[in-house]
Amino acid sequence: MFRKLHDPGPAALTIFVDGRPVTAEAGESVAAVLLRQPEGWCRTTPVSQSRRAPYCMMGVCFECLVEVDEQGSVQSCLTPVRDGMRIARQQGRRSLGA
Amino acid sequence: MTPTDTDLLIVGAGPAGMAAAVMARHCGLSVHVVDDQSEPGGQVWRAIETVAATQRAARLGAAYQVGADRAATFRSCGAIFEPQCQLWQIEPGFKAFTTRAGRAGKIGAKAIILATGAQERPAPFPGWTLPGVMTVGAAQILLKTADSVPEKPVWIAGCGPLTLLYATQLLAAGGRIAGLLDTTPRARLATALRHLPRALGRLGDLAKGLGWALALKRAGLPTVRHVCELQAEGRQRLERVCYRCDNGRSGEVAADVLLVHEGVVPNIHVPLTLGCNVSWHVDQQCFVPVLDVWGETSKQNVFVAGDGAGIGGAEVAEIRGRLAALRVASRLGMLSEDDAVAAARPEFVALARALALRPFLDALFAPRLQVFAPADETLACRCEEVTAGELRARAAEGRPGVNQLKAFTRAGMGPCQGRQCAYTMAHIIAAIQHRPVAEVGLFRMRPPLKPVTLGELASLDEQEPAR
Repeated sequence: MFRKLHDPGPAALTIFVDGRPVTAEAGESVAAVLLRQPEGWCRTTPVSQSRRAPYCMMGVCFECLVEVDEQGSVQSCLTPVRDGMRIARQQGRRSLGA
Repeated sequence: MTPTDTDLLIVGAGPAGMAAAVMARHCGLSVHVVDDQSEPGGQVWRAIETVAATQRAARLGAAYQVGADRAATFRSCGAIFEPQCQLWQIEPGFKAFTTRAGRAGKIGAKAIILATGAQERPAPFPGWTLPGVMTVGAAQILLKTADSVPEKPVWIAGCGPLTLLYATQLLAAGGRIAGLLDTTPRARLATALRHLPRALGRLGDLAKGLGWALALKRAGLPTVRHVCELQAEGRQRLERVCYRCDNGRSGEVAADVLLVHEGVVPNIHVPLTLGCNVSWHVDQQCFVPVLDVWGETSKQNVFVAGDGAGIGGAEVAEIRGRLAALRVASRLGMLSEDDAVAAARPEFVALARALALRPFLDALFAPRLQVFAPADETLACRCEEVTAGELRARAAEGRPGVNQLKAFTRAGMGPCQGRQCAYTMAHIIAAIQHRPVAEVGLFRMRPPLKPVTLGELASLDEQEPAR
């Protein structure tokens, strides 16, 4: 849905989204990276399993919840990327394992 | 006293929080500032420290670049600054509870300034939960923090200064706009012009707004005016936007991303959980904390500064931040009452001047009625997926209040804790039960203000003193 205007160059790092390596830049949020992926969504809802994507980007809508390094329901818009971070799109309810 | 005890706790490091911290430090107070972002600046100066050194700063405009100096002054003022720190409860006394990097923390403070800013006004319509629909503010944050723009020409729907500002910034950055669906109701300009004499005191700001509008006009963007209803459609993601204007004209456009904005409202979750009195702000169509001239709430030593006190913008926020800090300093004996009043005098003059344009803006960009009365099929509560129709049916049955409506339907019980639905619920009850929305109010907000895990709670490691 979104594209980055500049090449991160040496600030580039790699995070994994559902196991797939994607390029990110130090300083940006996980949500910003997710919005650049072709899938365009980040979780399914617990109630109707419909897809959602980041909506407010400032921590007040909780639509951007994902699993970050196996921790569930993390607000991805408030989470800066770290090299090697493993992100999983969250399916329905947060599970006991995450 | 533990190492985390402080004279003054400031929640939020935007214009108000930073100005308050600098003033409080100047008066000799110990100051602790928490913010959920990773850098100071708030939303208006989001990512300013990172961006200031790059060429991207220029195209975000002069008002944005000002933030670099403010952040530098704040960083060197001697306040403890905890970024990426979420506040989830404040107990009387005061004890504030936070989480940061998966661990809970406790801060003891004698006074608190809440500088939690504003959020975009929830503006529900059918399909607003589809991936591809997001707020203009969200897109602006993506531009500031990630240098990202919508991949394809984007549709922007809404009204208010932020819509114009973002559209201008997006074009300057090389982004493309498919068109604008302007939701400003007809004849708003005529109403707003009554406030023009006062607004003329802020010619610079008026010129700035006019400049944005002219730049967009020059860009020759397709613009549809007086749009009163929106609908987003698509299978699993946005594919098209349908709109209807106040003259009955309707249309449909293909869209990959739709950005919406209907103004901003104060972020008052913290004052509400503390039991601070709030009142209905007629011109801004939102609740604001009841404050004295210094920004003190109905709870002693709890202050609100910045847009959380009522929408005023960055300049107003800084003044309110300094006023609150002066009052705290005099309360805690670091400044005589007379000295505080003398130091505040020029701030009050500046505050009146900075607020001069506000009545004009409030009147011009007052939200359309449909923002508060979404169609029945609209998901009023995004988290629990409760429709406006279901809320209306329940609101008619036995005339429940907002807290009952929440319990009956689960609306407001999801992770956002009412941040996206509380106003809609209040307006729906008000309309169905023929009561003023000011009287209906918002449902009870309770801690934790942000979700906290058991692991984080366990990390508190609180040792109660032996009795």
